Amino acid sequence: MVENWNEIRHDFPALHQLVHGHPLVYLDNAATTQKPNIVLETLLHYYRHDNANVHRGIHELSNRATTAYEAARVRAVRFIHARESSEIIFTRGTTEGINLVAASWGMSHVKKGDEILLTEMEHHSNLVPWQLLAERTGAKLVFLPVTGGDEGLLDVDRLDSLLFRRVKLFAMVHISNSLGTVNPVSWLCERARKAGVVTLVDAAQSAGHLPLDVQQIGCDFLVFSGHKLCGPTGIGVLYGRQELLNEMPPYQGGGDMILSVDYAASRYKSAPHRFEAGTPDISGAIGLHAAFDYLDEVGRDRIWEHDQLLAACAHHGLKDKKGIRVFGPHAGRAGVVSFMVEGVHSHDVVTVADQKGVALRGGHHCTQPLFHKLGVESTARASFYFYNTEEDVDRLIEVIDEVQRFFS
Amino acid sequence: MTEDLADLYQELILDHSKSPRNFRAIPQCQRVAQGDNPICGDNYTVYVVLDGGVIRDMAFQGSGCAISKASASLMTEALKGKSIASAEALFGRVREMITQGHGDGSLEKLSALAGVHQFPARVKCAILPWHAAMAAMHGKEECVTTESEE
Repeated sequence: MVENWNEIRHDFPALHQLVHGHPLVYLDNAATTQKPNIVLETLLHYYRHDNANVHRGIHELSNRATTAYEAARVRAVRFIHARESSEIIFTRGTTEGINLVAASWGMSHVKKGDEILLTEMEHHSNLVPWQLLAERTGAKLVFLPVTGGDEGLLDVDRLDSLLFRRVKLFAMVHISNSLGTVNPVSWLCERARKAGVVTLVDAAQSAGHLPLDVQQIGCDFLVFSGHKLCGPTGIGVLYGRQELLNEMPPYQGGGDMILSVDYAASRYKSAPHRFEAGTPDISGAIGLHAAFDYLDEVGRDRIWEHDQLLAACAHHGLKDKKGIRVFGPHAGRAGVVSFMVEGVHSHDVVTVADQKGVALRGGHHCTQPLFHKLGVESTARASFYFYNTEEDVDRLIEVIDEVQRFFS
Repeated sequence: MTEDLADLYQELILDHSKSPRNFRAIPQCQRVAQGDNPICGDNYTVYVVLDGGVIRDMAFQGSGCAISKASASLMTEALKGKSIASAEALFGRVREMITQGHGDGSLEKLSALAGVHQFPARVKCAILPWHAAMAAMHGKEECVTTESEE
């Protein structure tokens, strides 16, 4: 098994380099993942042979580009078990997906006095768009609390009392990027559905790490980014239940989203094209298709097992060390381990680690309100993917030893 | 320890980050400014007491990384007793040293910050408290941030 994971590293050219004289240990996968050769080659092949605009041309290259772009949409259906391709909208990423729902569904359904329910562990991208919507409509944000101290778990017992108020939409993160907490999204969506509340799942940290089935989760919307699952940057997916998408007004106006245009008014296409104004990220979608194929060949169930193994190793190695405070659940965490080294700011931790070839992230990880609640300014974070190994975890532990010695 | 790291975290930097000098509030201080790096969460308040265009006292409080804290600490030591004009001139030379790497012997203890030049991501950390100090001297109330100057 372990041999297989080591072999997989050959698919990722960027992993094989020295950084400051040391072999790279890339542990910033929650920010973005490295790209396998097949994705890089697919991008290059598209630009070398098939590059043209989509949905406009009658010529051969435009046909090829359109076919490949729409094939990516069909592949995305299979990747998350949507019902049909009209439920898949290509976006720039998770952030744009959430903004699209907030602007389109939100502005047409949320009124003054309504409530939008979020959790206290949301990434800024699943908080700020709702703050903007609340400002524009006079709605109010309410929060499902995080409990359990540094473990950072949702206080699910509070859910029902919050849902049965004036909540119109419940937006929740599947896997916390700063704590590694895995939220019970199927259960949360089921409770919301019973209360007649529309749901959005932020799957940025989960889509590339575990098998995802939107029908089993039972959400109305789900968003994720391609670049966190071996795909290119600048492409992401918004899944929306067809009944909702079809009654939503356009997000941006422009070419490719219209049926007919007059100087005074226009008629719009139905979903998904209604929400894809202008020339889309064609190469991004095609590269994403290659990433979906690649990941499913590796197997997301196996990736999830491997993630959890590495996270458990890192958690175990760090929590027993003196002067280290580890955040996130003790058990069942995703491949994200956030920690603080007593007396050392996270950016100093990250700088020292970087000089040893170990790429970490330091800061508030775009979850500032959560960190205020935990009484923390910033943490260092190691986040894993399937091409990481137990040796990488050993290197992490070693480098943290050095950090402690250096700043002692 | 690599050479670059030893350059960045010189003894003097580590000392000032662990035991910052002038690390206190000055109550009823008229010249106060905030320095904020929203990306990494560094946040400092700098207090300046002026007397006829001369810095009589300077102190700071807040939290951040070793580089920003040491820079703030060294700054308060260096600027006390200086006129506003010479404080500004000194900031110019410190900034040049941190961004371009060439310092001169005249910067004395502050030349310990020269190693930051090798770490582009950390330049903001070193300069942040200085921006806050300049804003305080000029009576600017708004919070200075590392993100408006790029």
